[in-house]
Amino acid sequence: MRNIRLIARLDIKGPNLIKGIHLEGLRVIGSPNEYALRYYSQGIDELIYMDSVASLYGRNSLGEIVKKAAQNIFVPMTVGGGIRSVEDVAEMLRCGADKVAVNTAAVKNPKLISDIAQKFGSQCMVLSVEAKNIGPDHWEVYIDNGRERTNIDVVTWVKKAVALGVGEILLTSIDQEGTRKGFDISLVQSVTNEVSVPVIASGGMGYKEDLINVVAEGHADAVAMADIFHYERETVQSVRNAAKLNGIEVRDV
Amino acid sequence: MNKFDVTVIDYGAGNLLSVKRGFEHCGAKVNVTDDKNLIMSASRVVLPGVGAFSNAMDGLRNSGLDETVHEVVKEGIPLLGICLGMQMLLDESEEFGLSKGLGIIPGRVISIPSLDIDNNNQKIPHIGWNSLIQPDGRKSWDGTLLSDIKPGDSVYFVHSFMSNTVVPEHRIANCLYGGLDIPAVIGKGRTVGCQFHPEKSGEIGLKILRQFLLL
Repeated sequence: MRNIRLIARLDIKGPNLIKGIHLEGLRVIGSPNEYALRYYSQGIDELIYMDSVASLYGRNSLGEIVKKAAQNIFVPMTVGGGIRSVEDVAEMLRCGADKVAVNTAAVKNPKLISDIAQKFGSQCMVLSVEAKNIGPDHWEVYIDNGRERTNIDVVTWVKKAVALGVGEILLTSIDQEGTRKGFDISLVQSVTNEVSVPVIASGGMGYKEDLINVVAEGHADAVAMADIFHYERETVQSVRNAAKLNGIEVRDV
Repeated sequence: MNKFDVTVIDYGAGNLLSVKRGFEHCGAKVNVTDDKNLIMSASRVVLPGVGAFSNAMDGLRNSGLDETVHEVVKEGIPLLGICLGMQMLLDESEEFGLSKGLGIIPGRVISIPSLDIDNNNQKIPHIGWNSLIQPDGRKSWDGTLLSDIKPGDSVYFVHSFMSNTVVPEHRIANCLYGGLDIPAVIGKGRTVGCQFHPEKSGEIGLKILRQFLLL
C-alpha cells in the first residue's frame, strides 16, 4: 500500500561526489553526474544532492550539477546545503530540483520554513536534521554539516518544524553516517512516532538488512543510501529485490 | 506562429525545467512562455503547478492566463494539467478555505483524509511511487493518455489534496492510498490531468508524455 522509497544520497564538494565518515574525513569518489545516471538507469526512486561545505563557505555550487542532472534524469531530486533564503530555493527549482533540504538556515531562522512552504508548497520543503546521540533516547541537532552543536533536542525541533510547514524530514545520524553499521533505529523511531510527515532515514546503510530493519522497526518512509551504491557493494535492483523478499513494499521497476 | 510541439504555460510555478526536458527527451520542441498569442497558437499546452491552489490561481488570474486556458480548451487544443495544474481544472478547492478553480472539469479538490480506511493515521502529503489502477467500470486505457501503460505501473506522486471529479467518465485512472481511491488521471475531451509528475516518473512517465504528443 505504501511503497518505501529507495533514495541515493550524493554528497558533493565543489565539482566532486564525496563520501565521509560521521560527515567528516571526506574522500573524493568521482563525478556526481556519472553516478547519478547509473542510479537512474538502475531504477532509483529519488536522488538527494547535499553540498557538504556550502554552509561553511556561504555558497552553493550545486546549481550547475543539478542542471546537468536534470537533462537526463527523470526522477525527483532534492537539493540541500547552503540554502538560506526563498531566493535560493527559487534558483534551485529553476535548475531542476523538486525539493530543497534545509538545516542550518532553518535552525537559525525557523520562519524560513514557513516562508518556503507558503511560496513553493510544503512538498518542496524538506527539513534536513543532523542528529547526534547525547544519552538514552536523546539526540541533539547539529548544524553546518555536523560541525556545530545547537543544544536543541531533535524531537522537539522536528515537531516545531512540521508545525511550521515542513513536508518531509531527512534524518541523518551523525554517529552512524559512513560507518556501514546500520541506521540509528531508535532515532528514526523517535521521530516517526512524533510527526505525520514522511521521514527519510539516512546514515549507516551497510548491508541490505539495515534497510529492512529501519523500515520494519524504525518505520522509515524512505531510505537514503550512499556508499553501498558508490562502492558498488549493491545495486539499486539488488536492494529493491531484498526489500521485496522481506515483505517491504517498493515500486515495481 | 508557434513552431513548438509543446507550450508550457509559465506563471511563475516551480520546476518547469524538468517538464521541458521530459518532453524534449521524447523528441518534442518545447517552449515555456506566458505570451497569450504563443499559447493560443500552440499545438499542445501544458499547465504545470506546484504549491498552494489559491496562490497558483491568483498567479493565473493576475496575468489573465485563466482566460487563455479557457480559450485553449474551447479551441480544442490538447491541454495537460500536471499536479496542481490538474487540480486547477476543477471547479473549486478546499485548500486554505474555498477557492475557485478553472471549472473545466466538474469536481472539487479536497484534502486527502488523514485516516486510512482502517482508521489508522496516514502520512500526508502522499509522497512517493504508487501504482496506476483502472477505476470501477473502466475496462481499458485505449485511446487515453495511458494507452501505453499497464495497470500496476508506478508513477511519482507528491500532494496533500485530491481532485474529486463528479462525472465517472472523467476518471481515467486512480491510485490507492490508505485503501482509498485517489484520482490519478482525469480527462474530458482533449483536456487531461495527471495528479502525479510524469516528468519525474522515470521511463513510465516518459511514455505518458510521449502519448500526450500523440493525443
